Amino acid sequence: MKYAIDEQGYYGAFGGAYIPEMLYANIQALKERYKELIREDAFNQELDQLLHDYVGRPSPLYYAARLSTHYNTRIYLKREDLNHTGAHKINNTIGQILLAQKMGKRRIIAETGAGQHGVATATVCALMGLECKVYMGAKDILRQSPNVARMRLLGAEVIPVHSGSETLKDATNEAIRDWISHPETTHYIIGSVVGPDPYPDMVAHFQSVISKEIRVQLQQHTGSPLPTAVIACVGGGSNAAGAFHHFLDEASVQLIAVEAAGKGLDTGYTAATMAQGSPGLIHGSRTYLMQSPDGQITEPYSISAGLDYPGIGPLHAHLYVSKRASYLQATDDEALQAAYRLMRLEGIIPALETAHALAVLEKESFMPDDKVVLCLSGRGDKDLETYIKHKDDEQD
Amino acid sequence: MNRIDCLFNTKKNRILSVYCTAGYPCLNSTVTVIKTLSEQGVDMIEIGIPFSDPVADGPVIQQSNTVALKNGMTLALLLEQLKEIRTVTSVPLILMGYLNPILQYGMEALLKQAKACGIDGLIIPDLPLREYEQAYQSLFAQYGIAMIFLITPQTAPERIREIDRLSTGFVYMVTAASTTGRQSSFTTQQTHYFEAIQKMDLRNPVLAGFGIHDHTGFHTVCQYVQGAIVGSGFIKAIATGGDAALQDTIPHFIKSLYS
Repeated sequence: MKYAIDEQGYYGAFGGAYIPEMLYANIQALKERYKELIREDAFNQELDQLLHDYVGRPSPLYYAARLSTHYNTRIYLKREDLNHTGAHKINNTIGQILLAQKMGKRRIIAETGAGQHGVATATVCALMGLECKVYMGAKDILRQSPNVARMRLLGAEVIPVHSGSETLKDATNEAIRDWISHPETTHYIIGSVVGPDPYPDMVAHFQSVISKEIRVQLQQHTGSPLPTAVIACVGGGSNAAGAFHHFLDEASVQLIAVEAAGKGLDTGYTAATMAQGSPGLIHGSRTYLMQSPDGQITEPYSISAGLDYPGIGPLHAHLYVSKRASYLQATDDEALQAAYRLMRLEGIIPALETAHALAVLEKESFMPDDKVVLCLSGRGDKDLETYIKHKDDEQD
Repeated sequence: MNRIDCLFNTKKNRILSVYCTAGYPCLNSTVTVIKTLSEQGVDMIEIGIPFSDPVADGPVIQQSNTVALKNGMTLALLLEQLKEIRTVTSVPLILMGYLNPILQYGMEALLKQAKACGIDGLIIPDLPLREYEQAYQSLFAQYGIAMIFLITPQTAPERIREIDRLSTGFVYMVTAASTTGRQSSFTTQQTHYFEAIQKMDLRNPVLAGFGIHDHTGFHTVCQYVQGAIVGSGFIKAIATGGDAALQDTIPHFIKSLYS
């Protein structure tokens, strides 16, 4: 595996564990236990069983005929939106909750942006009977209220975060502070391929089921496991990491990640980390991030709460500098239009995050015989209000 | 000899180090705060480089960082403010800051400037030991700047030894599993931990920090280690009066710690 993490926890120049001493013992214990467990048959069987019976995997790989005709190519949608809780996020939380259980942790904390990871965490905590606290930016609580209600119904405590930009970055800081204060009882379930080693690798491992299934399903559809291209949206980058994983060493497969450009790259209202960022440290990891010249982390902007993050996972930083994957951008408006198009052509309401991935179909041209797999990372139930509001604005 | 080593050679106990955030409460408060603190007889001063995302800090220091950044404080500006600092104080001065702003400034550039200003040590809570040893240890030695690492109740004994081996100046003993400024009084579990550290008889002196904000806390930790670092308590004390009241709020707070 050319793009796998090394023994020290780095992808090339990126990754590592830049954490205060207060977290050292926890991170070390987690790393050791994670590495042991993923090699144990009993653990993997339990995980597979839950993914099958509870999450509903494998998720379908759907040939989107009308969308394909529209773009004059062949488009396959990996339907992570059909998972239990409506997004890919649960692949990771199921894995981490089993890990937490094996480590004897009784209390679970998480950060959330769009609320999808929060819901997926609250869900598995209810499933395992563990206490659950979810940190969420006050601004995100307002724009993703259906998910806040879901988390509360599932028994989780949702804690509003008022520091900084009141979004995902600050919710993550607050979760880290909680973990510093409860190192022995608590496991922190990070929702993306970000954070200190071993999180980026661990979350990518649990999400890699996406590309594992794509290979098998594409073989059944087309007689070959390899697509021409895989497209996924990136905030922290977990659905992209999962969708790319089993294609990283297949040089013929184009990997395309799509960042949120917000109102436009040069407007100052953007979350496009690769386009606007530079190397540095965020949340314990050396990676690309959006920062001021003196190293202060800047406040990102995107219409999509799940992509509204000023960093990106270290794996992506490595794929970017080694040119293994390309990082494109889609604005709020482009994402909205792409979402409306999918609704009308395929009868699927995608999450706003996923809509950014769909938007690049407008920009990238594919050949009629190409096979394009797009990771439909989540469903749009949580975004109905935004979709309706913008549709009304257009008609006014 | 480095001023930190001099201090620990001449004073063996009840060492008081006070943390202040650069550019707080006002952009130009930094020098006034340092001058007033040393006039009040504190033994050492830790100057915080404000950061947008200080994950090891509780609400009080977070807030002071936010204010300082809004005031326009940067690492470059701080080093500018500290250029003449040795004309107003002779106590050891330590810079405390998270790694990202330091990396953007450049580690060697910082050490060089810090040396020129008469800074004696650095605390970088998110710099891994290994990276320090491989990339920076010789630079710190070259510039004669001490590197202070943290230990916590979760740090295993063999790692404490390793941290003690790599630290210069002193070892920073975090009193509890907590961010800064969180707790009120010490539990027996904590005093057992202080005793264990005392018994380890580290090669470096030890100062306790996190959650020490009054006379009782200061007195308690001084029974086990050489002294204490007070941060959030001090920031809180100078928050209310603002810049104009520093001449009153600082002496008042420092006196309350000693008596």
